[in-house]
Amino acid sequence: MKIIKDLAISESGFVFNPLTGESFSVNEIGVSIINYLKKEENLQQILMSLHEEFDVETNELEKDFNDFVNMLKYHNLILD
Amino acid sequence: MKKIYQRPTITKINEGMPSKFGNRATLKAITKIDGIDVHEIINKYGSPVFVVSEKTIREKYKQAYSAFSTRYPKVQFAWSYKTNYNDAVCRIFHQQGSWAEVVSGFEYQKAINNSVAGNNIIFNGPSKSDEDLVLAINNRSLIHIDHFDELYQIIELTKTLSERPQVAIRMNMDTGVYPQWDRFGFNYDNGEAWTAINRIMMNEKMDLRGLHAHIGTYMMTPEPYKVAAFKIATLANKIKQKWQHSISYIDVGGGFASQNTLKGAYLPGTDTTPSFDQYAQAITDAILSADFDPQNMPFLFLETGRALIDDAGYLLGSVLANKRLADGRRATILDVGVNILFTSFWYEHEVYPTKETGFQTEDTILYGPLCMNIDVVRQSIKFPLLKKGDNFVIKRVGAYNMTQWMQFITLRPKIVLIDTNGEMHVIRNNETLDVFKDSEIIPEHLR
Repeated sequence: MKIIKDLAISESGFVFNPLTGESFSVNEIGVSIINYLKKEENLQQILMSLHEEFDVETNELEKDFNDFVNMLKYHNLILD
Repeated sequence: MKKIYQRPTITKINEGMPSKFGNRATLKAITKIDGIDVHEIINKYGSPVFVVSEKTIREKYKQAYSAFSTRYPKVQFAWSYKTNYNDAVCRIFHQQGSWAEVVSGFEYQKAINNSVAGNNIIFNGPSKSDEDLVLAINNRSLIHIDHFDELYQIIELTKTLSERPQVAIRMNMDTGVYPQWDRFGFNYDNGEAWTAINRIMMNEKMDLRGLHAHIGTYMMTPEPYKVAAFKIATLANKIKQKWQHSISYIDVGGGFASQNTLKGAYLPGTDTTPSFDQYAQAITDAILSADFDPQNMPFLFLETGRALIDDAGYLLGSVLANKRLADGRRATILDVGVNILFTSFWYEHEVYPTKETGFQTEDTILYGPLCMNIDVVRQSIKFPLLKKGDNFVIKRVGAYNMTQWMQFITLRPKIVLIDTNGEMHVIRNNETLDVFKDSEIIPEHLR
């Protein structure tokens, strides 16, 4: 799973897809996840990092993380 | 220290002209109702639960009464039972001075059980049995005749009863509203109402007491009421001319809108609904300018329901689950569905979190708990990121939901009243399986 090439993301959560010209808004944890994905870290490693960073239970985080990744796929921001 | 968690969200930014009419995206939480923490209510009485504010009912009634009584000297409200016939709710209105307006034998009995004097009950509706009518006639209730069959039914009953029926006719008319309501009552414009009046006046055993028109529901402008009041007043004076008979009251029915937002409305109901003062101004203007004897003005009757009770009702519930639909939309499943929130078929109900949730929202569809496709509470709402178990409050549910709700798939919940001292009272218990055991009968061969 790879985030698309040259996806631009600002610290405030503005996301720009240069391939389609589409733009998106993500929240703080969304910024963290996209940045981890850009570094090509594996999913388990990302989940562990997020768990250290945010006050959340493991199951809830995993459920929301998978949902977010599915939405990135839905918007064609991730390549399988 | 770890950061506060909110689930990750992504929202596509769509190009387009910014709208100056946009509403704020974040919802302010409703944490308390009349000073009581909503979580305390849910913990004590379960989820979902209806909550009724006695303070709001009394305040609304006073607002409405004041709007009319400061403009017209003889005003009488009659509480519309079908809007909410919970006995405690009805008794609050009766304590405030409301009579009862009922539309069935069942509602009539409820009014009697609530100690409403028979002659303070207005009996409306197209369905009245002989038994209902005999009771109403003997109690000198005001019977609003809906059609000729009912008129002749009453004439027939007068042959055996000693008490004189106290009657009015209900009329429908063109007031500029589309579609025109013509299902109930006699038509004014084609002369049917005048024919009915003459038939009543020719009968020597009944008294024509009033004229009634209920021109529609959820009227978003007061002007049609002005037209209706003027037409009724004109007819009253025509009766006076021909029969030398003064009617004692003009009943303009109900139909005032609450501040809920109708589906398809461009602006929220809070911005567009007329005030009681606006309705009162239109109606009393028309009656005061009619040619009535100043010493013998008719009473003005009002059967306002929704606008008096909607704000007093809250529905508290919990999130059952979140899921993602195939088109990427967020779906949240609530423990409140169309079975208990019937008005979600025509309102865009306001749904609020019960604690502050931050600025993030998602375009969300709110489903109820029923395993039925129609169970949609909100088709699209900018909703905060609530998770399973979180609570919410739906505002303005006091009208019709606690009467039109249905026992379907799940059982109906409790209704709790918060009195003016901030004390909570269960005013209707939740249904249990025993309700069904008590009313269903299993034939011997299936036992």
